[in-house]
Amino acid sequence: MTMENMINLSINGIAVSVEEGKTILEAAEKLHIKIPTLCYHKDLCVAGNCRVCVVEQAGVERLVASCATPVNEGMEINTNSLKVRNSRKHIIELLLAEHNEECTKCYRNGHCELQSIAAELQITNQDFIDLVPDKNYSVDSLSPSIEKDDSKCIRCQRCVRTCADIQSVGAISVAHKGADMKISTFFNRPLNEVVCTNCGQCIVHCPTGALVEKSYVEQVWDMIADPEKHVVVQTAPAVRVGLGEELGFAPGTRVTSRMVAALRRLGFDSVLDTDFTADLTIMEEGTELLTRLKGALVDDNPNVTLPMATSCSPGWVKYIEHKYPQYLPNLSTCKSPQQMFGALAKTYYAKNIDVDPANIVSVSIMPCTAKKFEANRPEMKASGHKDVDFVLTTRELAVMIKQAGIEFDQLNEENYDSIMGIGSGAGVIFGATGGVMEAALRTAYEIVTGREVPFANLEIKPVRGLEGVKEAVVLIENVLPDWEFLEGVELRCAITNGLENAHQLMEAIDRGDRFYHFIEIMACPGGCLGGGGQPFPVDDEIRQKRMDAIYSEDLSLALRKSHENPEVMQIYKDFLEKPLSHKSHELLHTSYVKRQPY
Amino acid sequence: MTTKTKQLNRIDLIFKHEDDCKEILKKSFDRSSEEVINEMVNSGLKGRGGAGFPTGLKWKLTAESEEKTKYVICNADEGEPGTFKDREILTRVPHKVLAGMAMCAKIIGAKEGYIYLRGEYKYLVPQLREEIEKFHQIMAELNLDFVVDIFMGSGAYICGEESALFESMEGKRGEPRNKPPYPTECGYLDKPTVINNVETLAHSYTIMKYGAKKFRELGVKDSWGSKVFSVSGDTPIPGIYELELGMSVQDFVDDFGDGDTKAVQVGGASGFLVPRKRFAKSNIGYQGKLRGVSLPTGGSMMIFNSSRSMYNVLDNYLDFFQEESCGQCTPCRVGCQQLLKGIKAVKRGEKPAVYLDKLLKLTDTMRLTAKCGLGQSVANSFSSIVENFREEMIY
Repeated sequence: MTMENMINLSINGIAVSVEEGKTILEAAEKLHIKIPTLCYHKDLCVAGNCRVCVVEQAGVERLVASCATPVNEGMEINTNSLKVRNSRKHIIELLLAEHNEECTKCYRNGHCELQSIAAELQITNQDFIDLVPDKNYSVDSLSPSIEKDDSKCIRCQRCVRTCADIQSVGAISVAHKGADMKISTFFNRPLNEVVCTNCGQCIVHCPTGALVEKSYVEQVWDMIADPEKHVVVQTAPAVRVGLGEELGFAPGTRVTSRMVAALRRLGFDSVLDTDFTADLTIMEEGTELLTRLKGALVDDNPNVTLPMATSCSPGWVKYIEHKYPQYLPNLSTCKSPQQMFGALAKTYYAKNIDVDPANIVSVSIMPCTAKKFEANRPEMKASGHKDVDFVLTTRELAVMIKQAGIEFDQLNEENYDSIMGIGSGAGVIFGATGGVMEAALRTAYEIVTGREVPFANLEIKPVRGLEGVKEAVVLIENVLPDWEFLEGVELRCAITNGLENAHQLMEAIDRGDRFYHFIEIMACPGGCLGGGGQPFPVDDEIRQKRMDAIYSEDLSLALRKSHENPEVMQIYKDFLEKPLSHKSHELLHTSYVKRQPY
Repeated sequence: MTTKTKQLNRIDLIFKHEDDCKEILKKSFDRSSEEVINEMVNSGLKGRGGAGFPTGLKWKLTAESEEKTKYVICNADEGEPGTFKDREILTRVPHKVLAGMAMCAKIIGAKEGYIYLRGEYKYLVPQLREEIEKFHQIMAELNLDFVVDIFMGSGAYICGEESALFESMEGKRGEPRNKPPYPTECGYLDKPTVINNVETLAHSYTIMKYGAKKFRELGVKDSWGSKVFSVSGDTPIPGIYELELGMSVQDFVDDFGDGDTKAVQVGGASGFLVPRKRFAKSNIGYQGKLRGVSLPTGGSMMIFNSSRSMYNVLDNYLDFFQEESCGQCTPCRVGCQQLLKGIKAVKRGEKPAVYLDKLLKLTDTMRLTAKCGLGQSVANSFSSIVENFREEMIY
């Protein structure tokens, strides 16, 4: 950046120079001057509609929105003049007038951006007339994943921009105008009847309690309290690098063993790890990929579809069901690790500990809201029971830990129970975008060549990172005799995160611009670590820290490859026989349905 | 501060029957762009939609952009309550409007133009299409690659705001954009765009025909030329009149009032209410500071006599605004509802009279912080009515 591109201005009398094109808000941030915002979010395009961030510019009569106004040479800005203070206070008062102020009854109490600005401004008297419509009819709670309460909505449209721009879904958008303006769905249908993928990105981007996950905390407490029930809990890879944020730790802190200790104290009968079924997924999905490759390369079977796409992300699965149903044969038939776990908890595990599966309650802790929908899919009853009974988000787990009076930072570190409690580093990295690909390559490459993947420390760097679309080409050579058909094949892979990127990738594939053998798609930005069930707030900086934590967890483990997981080897020996066996198909694989595009 | 005022003069320029568009356009095309822009700048013509931005400058800024694709848009989304003059212009002299668009297109280098027509004016489409066909023939004869199409609005008031209008044309929800950037650099489809009111474009034709000097023989400093007014309310002679700019409200009332005029709303629901005691001190135009002295207008003049309740008038405006606000920005969406519910509560005695002062402060915030002109101008009618007819709000 040369000096000519720098703009000099002053904010509250302090000189600052920033790059041309930056906004007043960004310049203020550089000076560590905080300007309150509501409709602004670093992940999103600028809307400039809440007007909370207005500031005074010398020589301009009206106030300007600092989030939407680019800096100019010589600009003099005041962020705390009388005019600004009065207006800001008015705007918050206006928002409170149309906001259902049930703070003590609200899930976001203590995490609400409107509440915290109102508290900062000390708005103690509310003179304006209450505009909240009939409170009883404002909640859409029919979706198994997401609750939408219009009476708490401040119309900032962060959810709308998230759903359209980050996720390319468009399940929610603005309807009506003026006093009737609201965030709505196609024909105002409930969220469970529209194109919503349940990804929950709207929730993590909502500043208030207008969009929250459907909570199952009370049901889980009920089950724990029931002496007849054996309650098992599984924890997804990304939870261990997010949970700490809700409990006083800095973003990027690994809290795996404390989390295990806390779950035990909450009263779960057995604390197990989704990483185990992540490893199992690699065995099944890796074998499925190799089988597909053989079908395409050796047998020339026209029914084999490539690329094969991952199926661990239920948001992505529902997205493809809605938007690209013609590509459903490309989806791996593997269930997600959560659902594999559920099916095994009520079969393999139940048999092992000799408990009637009807009395086993399987709970999962997920960074995800779409997992709640996934657990409720009608196909997910392979064990003869509902495979996963209750899905809690990372945030809900934090709620339980707080309710139980556990001082999280004082807990001793504990290990997972067994069986189904051992996971490899390959399982852990499922929590980051690119992780499934990396885990699959670590295993598949070794199966085919008998050698480790040719990357230092097994770290396959090209598939890592927050970029929208990553591509990798792995040359397979000097293969073992069984895999001669793969000799010299360049395995072409692509990885995306966020459904808008998935949309772009699918379009490129559909146009024939790109050809791949294997694609990994995660619905949320950054993968599961940026999931809709993870703590507030989130932006790329926080996602990067969680990602770093995931990879450092992987490096810290002795076990780094799925196929070396002793419990995985054991389950194939004792129960499943081999990947893609009849039993595997019955319990670990699933099917998909075409859905309407709106 | 005293400003020069004009006697009330009825003018006949806009609606004058003239059938020489081709010749006038040819004359303008033969001149250099610079010359034509200078003519426009020198005329002092300001936007006749109500905001009063200098038209020549708008054309100049757009012409200076190096973008290849540019657009000319005629804003015919005449939605301000009490305004009905653009409809008449499009009915009687559409060729002048089209000629104005062609002049602009030639100068800025636009190949496409659109008339954004208010949804309620759908009945005008067949005759406009006919006129556009004739116009395209003239374009072919004059060798200018410029076509005009009609885009139908769907009835939202906010789509008359230029950036909301672009959004609407792009198939999106009609919501105003952040400014900057302005349309001259980033308008329809993010391309440099000149967007002018119907009347402004018709005046451009007049200026090209008679010259800037002639145009400036009418009007006063900063408010040159004539303007078409939509006169309604308590008047024996409602209708559309072209008047010289710079007249005082008193002169206007003397001519158009019914002898019992209590107040005049200048500029529609988003404009100012002038009470009787200010008639002589207020004039119509775009001079300097806007409030109180010189009143800009898109042409709406609503006359109220002493039988009218100003409470009812305000109630009616606010009801309109709380429905027609696009709803995106807080001060306008919630502010309009608060103002409406607030005056009702005061009238019913549910809130004390001093609550009106809280609402007046709120209108200051709306003026200072709303995202677009609508939200900023709601305060105009509210404060001018409440300040001048406070007792009618209470009793």
